[in-house]
Amino acid sequence: MSAHDHTGHDHAHGGAAHGSLKGYLIGFFLSVILTAIPFWLVMDGVIDNKQATAVIIMAFAAVQIVVHMIFFLHMNPASEGGWSMLALIFTVILVVIVLSGSLWVMYHLNANMMPGLHEMREMP
Amino acid sequence: MPETLTKFIFGRLTLESLPLHEPIVVVTFIVVALGGLAVLGAVSYFKLWGYLWREWFTSVDHKKIGIMYMVLGLVMLLRGFSDAIMMRLQQAIAFNGSDGYLNAHHYDQIFTAHGVIMIFFVAMPFVTGLMNFVVPLQIGARDVSFPFLNNFSFWMTVGGAILVMASLFVGEFARTGWLAYPPLSGINYSPDVGVDYYIWALQVAGVGTTLSGINLICTIVKMRAPGMTMMRMPIFTWTSLCTNVLIVASFPVLTAVLTLLALDRYVGTNFFTNDFGGNPMMYVNLIWIWGHPEVYILILPLFGVFSEVTSTFSGKRLFGYTSMVYATVVITILSYLVWLHHFFTMGSGASVNSFFGITTMIISIPTGAKMFNWLFTMYRGRIRFELPMMWTVAFMLTFVVGGMTGVLLAVPPADFVLHNSLFLIAHFHNVIIGGVLFGLFAGIAYWWPKAFGFKLDPFWGKVSFWCWVLGFWLAFMPLYILGLMGVTRRMRVFDDPSLQIWFVIAAFGAVLIAAGIAAFLVQIFVSIRKRAELADVTGDPWDGRTLEWSTSSPPPAYNFAFTPVIRDNDAWFDMKRAGYRRPLSGFKPIHMPKNTGTGVVLAVFSVALGFGLIWYMWWLAALSFVCLIATAIGHTFNYHRDFDIPAAEVARTEEARTALLAAEEARA
Repeated sequence: MSAHDHTGHDHAHGGAAHGSLKGYLIGFFLSVILTAIPFWLVMDGVIDNKQATAVIIMAFAAVQIVVHMIFFLHMNPASEGGWSMLALIFTVILVVIVLSGSLWVMYHLNANMMPGLHEMREMP
Repeated sequence: MPETLTKFIFGRLTLESLPLHEPIVVVTFIVVALGGLAVLGAVSYFKLWGYLWREWFTSVDHKKIGIMYMVLGLVMLLRGFSDAIMMRLQQAIAFNGSDGYLNAHHYDQIFTAHGVIMIFFVAMPFVTGLMNFVVPLQIGARDVSFPFLNNFSFWMTVGGAILVMASLFVGEFARTGWLAYPPLSGINYSPDVGVDYYIWALQVAGVGTTLSGINLICTIVKMRAPGMTMMRMPIFTWTSLCTNVLIVASFPVLTAVLTLLALDRYVGTNFFTNDFGGNPMMYVNLIWIWGHPEVYILILPLFGVFSEVTSTFSGKRLFGYTSMVYATVVITILSYLVWLHHFFTMGSGASVNSFFGITTMIISIPTGAKMFNWLFTMYRGRIRFELPMMWTVAFMLTFVVGGMTGVLLAVPPADFVLHNSLFLIAHFHNVIIGGVLFGLFAGIAYWWPKAFGFKLDPFWGKVSFWCWVLGFWLAFMPLYILGLMGVTRRMRVFDDPSLQIWFVIAAFGAVLIAAGIAAFLVQIFVSIRKRAELADVTGDPWDGRTLEWSTSSPPPAYNFAFTPVIRDNDAWFDMKRAGYRRPLSGFKPIHMPKNTGTGVVLAVFSVALGFGLIWYMWWLAALSFVCLIATAIGHTFNYHRDFDIPAAEVARTEEARTALLAAEEARA
């Protein structure tokens, strides 16, 4: 491990190069923290509102993705001549389209086509 | 006790699983078995196994893999078309109380198999094969980025095809329609192996498709010849890039949704069931998020083919190159915004439907721009009506009709009338045959001399062309009419005798298409016989404009002895104009990847894994899965992956070409 300590800094040049030990450790601790907090929220039932808990966990997951991309995949706007960034933007656009579109579509489908018992009872 | 043992070994595979009670299937099996034995016998008799294994099956050469993809597509086209003509015949005779000649159980498998095979195992291999063969040549590369992965991808696609073909003779195929909507495809309504064959065939082939997409993106982004900026790439390379981006972005959705369906069927989850909170509508939503980009995956590369062909045979630079590129990119993005138009009638309501109706209509704008670009390229060009150009003109006339009926279907109120009718069937065959298939024939006729060193025979090509084009119009115009009259798809028998005449006409159209396919096979056969007469020595038989025409036909294993330097669009045209001279000396050793049989081995294990899962032979599934992983890991320890073609051999190859060119010049 100590050998790594010395060489670690030599590698810390350029955007797409292999990360340094320091970078990996920061990434690792951030990931651990970002994972531990959601566990704590759920196991100790810190927030009464379950929906709020779910939203907060998803926010942590999103931050987690960014941490992985920066510290483990070594992505930055300049890496791979900008192709990484372009691919990321495209991916984000598609994921947003697919997720928000599906939620929108399924919400309407559920509202129109799957009347719950409550609404069924109100029907004439 | 022996019974539990048999059950352990064979899972749910029993003698009754063989469709011996279906005379049609038995006869088909006998014919296929005899034909297969004849082929295997011939290969053994001529001692070709070693040659095939060394030079083709284990090859990592993108050109050979491309050609093998085309062969796979052609073989599967014959299977898919037999399904088609069986359906046409059934529908033409099942009137006036007649039940036709197919029972419901068999007929339902046929229309499912037809759709699955034509999309996944005909169109996809054809398109991937074309991209594999052409793209590296067009960008001045010696191979793709990951040559072994390319070979592996091909064999995975073959593996999927083998599973589909196996379902014909061992067990049955899905009876659900080509997208296997639940709850019909759930375990309650389809307890047999059909849907499992469907799932695992597509999963195995899907691995190949996704990996090949990644491979070609890397190749195009990373391996272009010096000087070839993005906006100097040939348009076919551009459309291939966009198609592969679509593949990589959309196929994971298909994989995920089929995995969820498999979980529902195998371990009793309730993602898409009717009860316990499952929602079948989610399946429809997800599969069309893959399904709509898929149709653009199929058509975009062919748009590229038409661009290359129009420009070459009009003797002009492509009109509006930049707008063509932007139209392609816009289609790439928009193709993700329209998926709901496949299920307007499921009940999402007016606001959702109008959004997706409008986005669908918008997508016709970039497509229309392309159409005008081709027309303006032809305008005042010196057009040579050779075979590829004929296919292109037929495409323009046919595809525009298909595109317009597509815009009609994009209007939600109209869709409520036309949904699931034969109008829809006519529409998508109009764009897939008129676009994808015509484009493939144009591409095959265009690049055949590059691949094999001789042109295709024009006479039989024209016979095939007229049979296909007229056959298409005769087969599908009646379906538009029937659809407008309200006839729905996937019907086996009909009550109204007045409809019969239209189905009879459509059946004649299908027969004409059969003649077109036959003429195409005859064309290949005749061309091979007359290859000396049709030989292309120059490497540039059409007065081409892009880099692939600068090398010999067929190209040497290394494609280019020296990496070309690009100064303009239409690089080869620019080189010819500048008085380019082939370098005749100074050859260096060329570093190339080595052949490997690992792709074949991995695909064999994948097929075994799929077969085990389909028939609940858990020992087979577990064993082949372990072998699959072990082989994949083992392959990473293979360090002998490359070799150098010695400079002397390169020089010999190039000198042989110099001599040929000189002889040709002396003769002229």
